[in-house]
Amino acid sequence: MEFIKNGKRIDDRLPNELRPIKFEVGVLERADGSCYVEHGGNKVIAAVYGPRAVHPRHLQEANRAIIRYRYNMASFSVEERKRPGPDRRSIEISKVSREAIDPVIIKEVYPRSTIDIFVEILQADAGTRSAGINAASVALADAGVPMRGLISSCAVGKVDDTVVLDLVKEEDNYGQADMPIAMDVRTGEVTLLQMDGHLTLDEFEQALELGKIGCASISEMQREALIQKYQGEEHE
Amino acid sequence: MNEVIAEIRKDYIYGLAKRSERADGRALDEYRPIQVEVGLIGKAEGSARVRIGNTQVLVGVKLQPGEPFADAPDTGVIITNVELVPLASPSFEPGPPNENAIELARVVDRGVRESGAIDLSQLTLPDGKVWLIFIDVHVLDHDGNLIDAAALGALAALVNAKMPLERYGYGPDAALPIKESPIAVTAVDLDGEIMLDPSLDEETIASSRITVISGEQGTLAGMQKSGTGTLSTEEILSIVKLASSKAMQIREDVFGGSTDG
Repeated sequence: MEFIKNGKRIDDRLPNELRPIKFEVGVLERADGSCYVEHGGNKVIAAVYGPRAVHPRHLQEANRAIIRYRYNMASFSVEERKRPGPDRRSIEISKVSREAIDPVIIKEVYPRSTIDIFVEILQADAGTRSAGINAASVALADAGVPMRGLISSCAVGKVDDTVVLDLVKEEDNYGQADMPIAMDVRTGEVTLLQMDGHLTLDEFEQALELGKIGCASISEMQREALIQKYQGEEHE
Repeated sequence: MNEVIAEIRKDYIYGLAKRSERADGRALDEYRPIQVEVGLIGKAEGSARVRIGNTQVLVGVKLQPGEPFADAPDTGVIITNVELVPLASPSFEPGPPNENAIELARVVDRGVRESGAIDLSQLTLPDGKVWLIFIDVHVLDHDGNLIDAAALGALAALVNAKMPLERYGYGPDAALPIKESPIAVTAVDLDGEIMLDPSLDEETIASSRITVISGEQGTLAGMQKSGTGTLSTEEILSIVKLASSKAMQIREDVFGGSTDG
């Protein structure tokens, strides 16, 4: 399969170009905070509940809030119907996503509580964990959870020996490497890093640099979405 | 569904009911605004998002060729599932479907099945296979009356669905053979006052709830009473009549009267 023709990718993007991304803040009534994200063909919704009491009680921590993160795919989100409920893949994604977001949350403010983050993948098209983290981060801010920064995430990878930003499904499935990262763009701290495939050290460095640029653009969109919602309210 | 409500709120809603009023100012037989959007999920063969007030459900329909049941070899198969994901309400917890989710799925399933909404005899494929139709209801925001939203979403997603014949080499894609449009209407009884489309608060304090599913001619296709409260036969009769005429109105508003052809 040929991935790059005349410098353009199969969906007509440049190697360093993100897919179209849209954030909507506060889309759910019942949740304390929520965010809907469209990222290319991905459609993802995140909700935050808490801080609230921990059940079961033995999970609670005396000096800080605990963070729980559940990544879940709707059965109709993928080509072949997915059996409902967690599988090994979604359990791993839930874990690394939680660990990606945890470091920026100021947990000491809410001892003996939990902050629950629920991410539902309504349509999947490569990069769902990143879209989920981006949505979750905004939903946390929407819920008023105190944070040191916003986490932004995107994938980088390699197709036709070229390092590219934000893979689509075909590039992910048949390309040479896929590397999702998440970071606090303001401090430059990386909170999630996974990779599968083949990269030389040089390519890795390039990929990391490209990932940073991608995260920075996304971070700007996250900020913009939040400002748009809350600036409006101030003037009312 | 284990929602918590303050006693004072409960008294307030009962007080209003005595004067035939509701907390959000609606008439007793009035629905919250209903919004239906179809085709949002390109990966599904059919999809619909239904909002009733702040309640929001997303329904995806997927079709796969599969084996028919041994006792009905010439009949397609419908499988309905409801996920009450914890994103939708502080009272929902992760885990396999609980009794509420299963009841909800089965009521939606019965409405589609028993009304004959889909002509299952037209779902046969060559080589002895039939279409398996998966109706997956994903609840996004629970603000009361999930049953009506889920049933409406299931119907709208089925109407929106295309049989992916081409993908499996059976010829050009075609719409599902839709023959009927079952509409669910749910009522609660608060101190003798019948309210349609209960809000979350109304649903939480009502001791029982009744759902009536009816077809285009006003005939009944399914019913479910839920909760420990009791209803007199007179009450039930008046609810059924009210529900059937309300269903006509919803069908008119959402599908222009009929889903056939």
